[in-house]
Amino acid sequence: MAKTYKAGVKEYRDTYWEPDYTPKESDILACFKITPQPGVPREEAAAAVAAESSTGTWTTVWTDLLTDLEYYKGRAYAIEDVPGDDDAFYAFIAYPMGLFEEGSIVNVFTSLVGNVFGFKAVRGLRLEDVRFPLWFVTTCFGPPHGIYVERDLLDKYGRPLLGCTIKPKLGLSAKNYGRAVYECLRGGLDFTKDDENVNSQPFMRWRDRFLFCQDAIDKAEAETGEKKGHYMNVTAPDVEEMYKRAEFAKEVGSKIIMSDYLTLGWAAHQSLAKWCRDNGLLLHVHRAMHAVMDRSPTHGINFRVFAKMLRLLGGDHLHSGTVVGKLEGDRAATLGWIDLMRDKYVKEDRARGIFFDQDWGQMPGVFPVASGGIHVWHMPALVSIFGDDSVLQFGGGTLGHPWGNAAGAAANRVALEACVKARNEGRELEKEGKEILTAAAKHSPELKIAMETWKEIKFEFDTVDKLDVQHR
Amino acid sequence: MSDVQDYPSRLSDPNSRKLGTFSYLPPMTSDEIRKQVEYIISKGWNPSVEHCEPEYAEETYWYMWKLPMFGETDVDAVLREVDLCRENNPGNHIRLVGYDNYRQTQGTAMLVHRAEIKV
Repeated sequence: MAKTYKAGVKEYRDTYWEPDYTPKESDILACFKITPQPGVPREEAAAAVAAESSTGTWTTVWTDLLTDLEYYKGRAYAIEDVPGDDDAFYAFIAYPMGLFEEGSIVNVFTSLVGNVFGFKAVRGLRLEDVRFPLWFVTTCFGPPHGIYVERDLLDKYGRPLLGCTIKPKLGLSAKNYGRAVYECLRGGLDFTKDDENVNSQPFMRWRDRFLFCQDAIDKAEAETGEKKGHYMNVTAPDVEEMYKRAEFAKEVGSKIIMSDYLTLGWAAHQSLAKWCRDNGLLLHVHRAMHAVMDRSPTHGINFRVFAKMLRLLGGDHLHSGTVVGKLEGDRAATLGWIDLMRDKYVKEDRARGIFFDQDWGQMPGVFPVASGGIHVWHMPALVSIFGDDSVLQFGGGTLGHPWGNAAGAAANRVALEACVKARNEGRELEKEGKEILTAAAKHSPELKIAMETWKEIKFEFDTVDKLDVQHR
Repeated sequence: MSDVQDYPSRLSDPNSRKLGTFSYLPPMTSDEIRKQVEYIISKGWNPSVEHCEPEYAEETYWYMWKLPMFGETDVDAVLREVDLCRENNPGNHIRLVGYDNYRQTQGTAMLVHRAEIKV
């Protein structure tokens, strides 16, 4: 029998709280950490988030009766305590597939993290994880090439790749910048990188930078016999300009370009990913602005969601945090999202902050990039934490070598290979790191000096965004 | 400046060419190569041997020595093929590959013999 229309405000939980609901394989599932305003019951707050991120509005409207609300509504189906936080709770919400446009990350997140984040009934709201059903994954574009195609294109196997961000990040002329690139690459790095805010400033316009960097790459390749790349940053004020820069990078023979997916915008980024697959260029992805949204434990979006998002949008590399360097990153949580970047299937694992099983189907993986405040002494831990399918980037740890970039690069390459070889031999890198590096340094004066230079540097501030654990 | 050491790589010196994984380390002893073969086998990868004349080392494809040793778990059998490849191709670089058929990639590819290059 049809329903009758009754104007007025209903409690959200009457419609959007369904503890008996069993999520469907085709549902998009989300886990929010909700800190409600005092006095708002958990079920009501969870239902409100489900409503406001799907079909609901604050009052009943007659046009509700022209649709099958029972199908289209998001449902809060479970509530759990947050370990170590008495105010907040986790709310699990299921959204039916019909709510979303196929292949549109933009659409999914406009719903899930739209107006609801400013909703008055919640004091804090954090999107902790999203389960993308396989139908959605297969309608997304995904990495232009993926980890194993990149390895084939670069002919590099059995070890992490090595990179370096050129510093100082701002103010170098294009020719001097290219010099720094050349020195790094001839010393043994696989990649150098434009810093995220190097776009096309008056001190160095993009075209000049691309030309000098490509000269640097060409000579370093001829000299070392190995394939090299520089992440030419095509992040630009508008998409026409972005494409112009990408086309020129291709024209000069660059193997890889880069973008900043959060500041560039998701739609523009996805277009660039498509362009990269069509044109055979790898895509390195930086994540400027992420910490604005992912650092607070009570409000925003956890980085694991951004990591999943990028794999769906398309990118071959994504910065993931280092665990050991100067930037924020809880170890277990980082291990969780690097698996989400690389693996075919990731199981729910609360110890690593993963709330849902995630099936990636045949979608290729993304290289996690560890960058920021790392040097040769971190190498054993990095190889152990990240494994082979990663890019380890030493900026200061290459350029700050007392003998210059080439020596710094060689030191890192020797340290990397020594760690990989020792790991393959069955040695425990994080326990025996010192002996492994010291032995390698006997054959590498560059490594020996690097180890003397950076011995004392440590970054031991506590992590702000920790996994939720019980009070001790 | 007297403390600063020059980086000795030259375009004009073929010995400056590198050859991928482990080419920045001293040559491996036969014991060390054995451990790497053990690693490849322990990962469930298929060992394979490749070789190449130094002047063509930058080509995508090196010569495959026979076929990949599918399912081979005998370390000595693999080492024997490395030795045979070397005896039959003097003056060639030799690389050991571990094919990972599940991930459809080379799980590893490492230099196990660097040929002498006379300038």
